[in-house]
Amino acid sequence: MQTNFIRKIFFDEKSRSLLIQALVIGIFAVFIYLLVQQTAANLERRGISSGFDFLSMGAGYDISIRLIPFTSEDTHLRAYFVGLLNTLMIAICGCFLATILGFFVGVIRLSSNWLFRNIAYVYVEFTRNVPVLLQIILYYSILLHLPKIKQAIVLFEGFYLTNRGLYSPLPIFKEGFSIIVVSFVLAIIASFIIKKYLKKKQEHTGKQYPIFLINSALVIFTPIFMYYLMGMPLEFELPVLKGFNFKGGMVIRPEFIGMLLGLSIYTAAFISETVRSGIISVSKGQREASQALGLKSNLIMKLIIIPQALRVIIPPLTSQYLNLTKNSSLGIAIGYADLVHGFGGISLNQTGRAIEIMLMVMLTYLTISLIISFFMNIYNKAVQFKGNA
Amino acid sequence: MSSLSINSFTHKKYYNWVIRNLFSSWINSIFTIIALIFLYKVGSFFLNWAFFEADFRYNFQGDLILDRTFCSKNIKPGEFGACWAIIYARWDQFMYGFYPVEEVWRVNLTFALLPFALFGVLFDKIPFRKYFIYFTFLYPFIAYFMLYGGPGLSPVGTNKWGGLLVTLFLGITGIALAFPLSILLALGRRSKLPIIKSICVVFIEFIRGVPLITLLFTANVMLPLFLPQGVNPDNLLRALVAVTLFQSAYMAEAIRGGLQAIPKGHIEAAEALGLTYWQTTRKIILPQALKIAIPPIVNTCIGLFKDTSLVLIIGLFDLLGIGRAALADMTWTKLYYEVYVFISLVFFIFCFGMSRYSLYLEKKLKTDNS
Repeated sequence: MQTNFIRKIFFDEKSRSLLIQALVIGIFAVFIYLLVQQTAANLERRGISSGFDFLSMGAGYDISIRLIPFTSEDTHLRAYFVGLLNTLMIAICGCFLATILGFFVGVIRLSSNWLFRNIAYVYVEFTRNVPVLLQIILYYSILLHLPKIKQAIVLFEGFYLTNRGLYSPLPIFKEGFSIIVVSFVLAIIASFIIKKYLKKKQEHTGKQYPIFLINSALVIFTPIFMYYLMGMPLEFELPVLKGFNFKGGMVIRPEFIGMLLGLSIYTAAFISETVRSGIISVSKGQREASQALGLKSNLIMKLIIIPQALRVIIPPLTSQYLNLTKNSSLGIAIGYADLVHGFGGISLNQTGRAIEIMLMVMLTYLTISLIISFFMNIYNKAVQFKGNA
Repeated sequence: MSSLSINSFTHKKYYNWVIRNLFSSWINSIFTIIALIFLYKVGSFFLNWAFFEADFRYNFQGDLILDRTFCSKNIKPGEFGACWAIIYARWDQFMYGFYPVEEVWRVNLTFALLPFALFGVLFDKIPFRKYFIYFTFLYPFIAYFMLYGGPGLSPVGTNKWGGLLVTLFLGITGIALAFPLSILLALGRRSKLPIIKSICVVFIEFIRGVPLITLLFTANVMLPLFLPQGVNPDNLLRALVAVTLFQSAYMAEAIRGGLQAIPKGHIEAAEALGLTYWQTTRKIILPQALKIAIPPIVNTCIGLFKDTSLVLIIGLFDLLGIGRAALADMTWTKLYYEVYVFISLVFFIFCFGMSRYSLYLEKKLKTDNS
């Protein structure tokens, strides 16, 4: 009777799976318990206190690259937000630049010109087979060896490239500029409504409207019109060389430019490969069929090839954006004050709260990753095949 | 007569190729000319810098280059290119780090045996493959004994390791340790047992959601806190733990892709034959799934190999770390481009080799299936 019962536990699938899982939970719980106990004992022995109270203490260090004001008297919590904003800034700029460069190179890789195709190929192979950290450091050292301020390279009027960064005019927004921004946003919203309306009309009547032309005119000319209407409320303050430094204007630091170049050039190589494989994945028959229907080549691209290629491109593109965001943590190697460098590095060293700070940093990156995945998944659903097939 | 016609035929062939690929339309011709100018400018600049105007071991006056003041470009600024003497001078550090000079033969022997250990794993149609595989399993013990020391060999602490040795050590050991772990994670993620599944999902997604540098920091700063007093792994081992966990999560996702590609019928047929879960997994599912997953697995390995350069941030001297150390030395400072170009080239050779291997496998697997 008893042996039967034991046999049943081992050979019945349900009870066995329960048993295995109970065992796993047990081992896991013991493991966690030992870990926590050990850590607590170690912390006590080393005299490290724990808790998040350090966040309200003064940071005591300065951050040179910042989007919000920060002085050494501000708290660690504020240092966290400065770092977070810097991480987001480099991630957004990097994704933007990498996408443009990646699509450009991806299209060149499919060009009918043999030389162009192979120059792009060499670019892709050389950049994606060299560590991104090495590239960031390399570009950064190139930037640091630009001419000194006295011999600054003049790119355009008001743009000076030096070993201390790119000096450029500072836009000064006067009263009424917000109205221009609002009008710009409204124009974009209006263009979507017009597009929807005209598409509907086209479906009813069959007549085609120059939607793109109308909308781009709307989006471009509305802010320009408002700009003059409001009495030109935008001025630029040019950087002027005075003594040993530039006065006025704004400076984009070499750390930022180095990170931006490194991340976007590296990621663009991967994006170009996904773009290329996406376009190749659209079968030849699709193009031939649309040619047979008499579509023009730009319409074939717009209506047939790109919508189908996007389906293949979007999922790997998402993971490239995630990679770029995670790689932005390499700023620590060249002193770009991102989350890991400022909060995860200097604050950690000052307070010694390694567990709390690393946990916060990791959870922040997880959250950013999840947000990117979430939005890209929405976009992915929008471009995926709709229908019964 | 006949040779002439063949000649004109090949000429015609090249001519046609040039027309079709370079000058098919006037816009294409403009692109070709732009590309040629670009290639000429960049190519001549780079070749001049790296070869024709560069110093190798002797400068333009014929002196052996002992430090940076001997470099031609530092004697006559603006007239000369690279000064590769730094690579010669620091060659041992680039390869072995601070490994004692009289013991370097041990590292060389370990490097030399590495291809034999990989041979059996990478290629399947070779003679005596069985023995190569045996050697592969033996190799880690040989490597440990040779590098770390043991009976008969003086011990060399990992704090003396550096350069290519550390890069290869972290890359290869990380991949080798992560492989079995990743199979378990991938199987666990597809398990029917909800608790095991959720543990695996949380582990994989957590590791994939955070940057490697935070894992390295965590391992570096916090591993001593988690472990009992007295157990104090050295820095290299801490980095290895982080790298292994990181790689196992990415590899698990690659293997999961392979597992998903196995038709359900295979599993059902195996169950109908009375095979247990582990028998089914070992004999039916894994051999097929791993075969499909090899190209993405190799891709994660390339990624890991590049990512080993991050350990310089936690103070280890891998190839890039040694390069930065060489530049920090006053006798060789400011030769940035030489050092970084050299390190890029080393990484490129390894990573490009791996990506070619992955392409070769993809091609081979395709013909196998059809």
